[in-house]
Amino acid sequence: MRSEPSKTRAIAISFGVSTAASVALAIVYLMGGQPQAEGALLGVSLGGLAVGFVLWGHRLMPKGPFTQNRETSSGRAERAAAVEDFESGAESLERRGFLRRMLAVALAAIGGAALFPVRSLGSRPGRSLYHTQWTPGARMVTIDDALVRADTLEVGGFITVFPEGHAGSADSQVVLLRLTPGSYEAAGGGAAPEGYVAFSKICTHAGCPIGLYEPATNSLFCPCHQSVFAVMEAAAPTAGPATRPLPQLPIEVDDNGYLVAIDDFAEPVGPGFWGRGR
Amino acid sequence: MIKRAYDWVDERVGASSFTRDALNKVFPDHWSFMLGEIALYCFVILVLTGTFLAFFFDGTTAETVYEGSYAPMHGQTMSAAYASTLEISFDVRAGLVMRQIHHWASLVFVASIVAHLCRIFFTGAFRKPREINWIVGVTLLGLAMFNGFTGYSLPDDILSGTGLRIAYSIALSIPLVGTWIAFLVFGGEFPAEDIIGRLLVVHIMIVPALIAGLIGVHLAIVWKQKHTQFPEAGRTDTNVVGSHLWPTYALKSTGLFFGVFAVIAVMGGLFQINPVWLYGPFEAHQVTSPAQPDWFLGWTEGALRLFPAWEIRAFGFEIPNPFYPAVLLPGVTFLLLYAWPFLEARFTGDRGVHHLLDRPRDRPFRTALGSATLAFYVVLFLAASNDVIAKWLTIPVNNLTWAFRVLVLLIPAVSFFFVRRFMTALQTSGVDRWTEVPLRAVIGRPD
Repeated sequence: MRSEPSKTRAIAISFGVSTAASVALAIVYLMGGQPQAEGALLGVSLGGLAVGFVLWGHRLMPKGPFTQNRETSSGRAERAAAVEDFESGAESLERRGFLRRMLAVALAAIGGAALFPVRSLGSRPGRSLYHTQWTPGARMVTIDDALVRADTLEVGGFITVFPEGHAGSADSQVVLLRLTPGSYEAAGGGAAPEGYVAFSKICTHAGCPIGLYEPATNSLFCPCHQSVFAVMEAAAPTAGPATRPLPQLPIEVDDNGYLVAIDDFAEPVGPGFWGRGR
Repeated sequence: MIKRAYDWVDERVGASSFTRDALNKVFPDHWSFMLGEIALYCFVILVLTGTFLAFFFDGTTAETVYEGSYAPMHGQTMSAAYASTLEISFDVRAGLVMRQIHHWASLVFVASIVAHLCRIFFTGAFRKPREINWIVGVTLLGLAMFNGFTGYSLPDDILSGTGLRIAYSIALSIPLVGTWIAFLVFGGEFPAEDIIGRLLVVHIMIVPALIAGLIGVHLAIVWKQKHTQFPEAGRTDTNVVGSHLWPTYALKSTGLFFGVFAVIAVMGGLFQINPVWLYGPFEAHQVTSPAQPDWFLGWTEGALRLFPAWEIRAFGFEIPNPFYPAVLLPGVTFLLLYAWPFLEARFTGDRGVHHLLDRPRDRPFRTALGSATLAFYVVLFLAASNDVIAKWLTIPVNNLTWAFRVLVLLIPAVSFFFVRRFMTALQTSGVDRWTEVPLRAVIGRPD
């Protein structure tokens, strides 16, 4: 058995340390604050209280074990009486079948009407997922609104572009790559004016921007879930969870040397949805 | 003084019988019964720090030019949400420590709920008459995870924007109604401007109110039913043995509150978390690498990374790939959690009232099943870092993804087998502590 003073000494010290830390905390705050010191001192203030309380409860308070009985449930008779009380009150409701049905219809109607404001939360999806801001002849710009010319990129270069007037647009972001001229056509991929190819930058898996281009393997890489798209195979997925190629933007070099879109993407960009193929 | 105040109240509401019941209420003493209390105290810390943050946070996407004291971002255009997060971090005195305590508390909140759920599961505390409280508890887990995600999304930095981008894509993947759900929740096509303001309302009003209400229900039911207890001499299904609420248990529990708060305060002060100023404001065409959610969503992120490139397409309709790992898997997970007390009662035929707990070894099958389930989610959680681990091991990430696809099935199967063996060995060898079980009894031939 501990002696009385030794039982209380640690508790008193804990509360003392806590008080000192709280005073220090106030001073730190008054002097302009410092996050690390604030957290550490708050921890000591609270920790001192914690130790004091636990020791007080543990050393100085009545220790059981105490026993208490527990009643499990109300007992059959009382439960039956409760059901009876409810049913005797409900009798009138049960007899008035017609009124009850009218009430049910009225409640259903007001419930249905109350749901309509949910529609205000968002615009109708309609065909908005099926097209982007790219239009025939739209010139390409960088995020800083600089027009992209045929000599903007070296071979092996990689840049994010948008349609002119829509820099930063989420659904129109495109990765523009410059390959060795002729190589894309030779691989059977279709037209690549002066080596340029453009793909939607939105991953067809969960919609992250395709952030990385690896020139060595000529692949685009999504940093979210590690889908890999082979540029030379028209950006077909070769690894990871993506199931569809990145849609390709048809492009050409216009008479003034600017890169322009021939048309919008031929299919919806980004992640899949129920009616995507309709 | 106390007597006079109490007389004044009691003459008006007549609470003495309840008060005496309450003060003399008996609580069993066992460390594992504190896990739920830790969760409760985390919620208190979250409300306290969250209220402080709400006074300064501007939950809109209105464009602002940053003019605060964080020099690297000076003059940059960003949303009001991001700018006010920087303000809280750099210009509100004690703001950063509050923000970091809030974030750490949310992580510990979900962790303690999960630990509490494991304790309830492995000791059979969900059995009759506690099925209702199990359902309330599982709902609280879901709400806590959901609110963790909404909070993570509020600062409108690149990382949280990526999280929202993925959440939008997951909503889109729901068959038939996915586009409508995504457009109604976000207010239109991503990135719709309404979402941050909506998340704020959900994060600081709707979900906290639901959590607070359900905690009330949870505690009221515990109060009415009284705690379970581990079997021991003198403990039966009709009594409860332990300390009185007043004063022993009250003092210890208050101590626990301060202890939890102390640990989280130190974490909030010393361990940096979610330094959004290093990530930068959200831009639709930018992404950080690596990008991971808070720990408690790691399993869905891992499932998204591991699920093979499969999807169903027919007649121009499709059920896209993210649906299976990110809608179906969480749906089935929570459905099974909700249903477990009823499934077990059906399998075992045991529909009796239980106030005495099982030790995990008493139920080798249940314990093994729980371990296998945990192992499954832990592997998924690790897979959410496949890019980081691959870099660290200097192996191609694709190889690691394939390894994880095998491990996510193999490790649960192996752990089921060994845990069941181990529990049976514990039972038959008659030792008390699990460390004393002879290894031979676990890996040798079964009896």
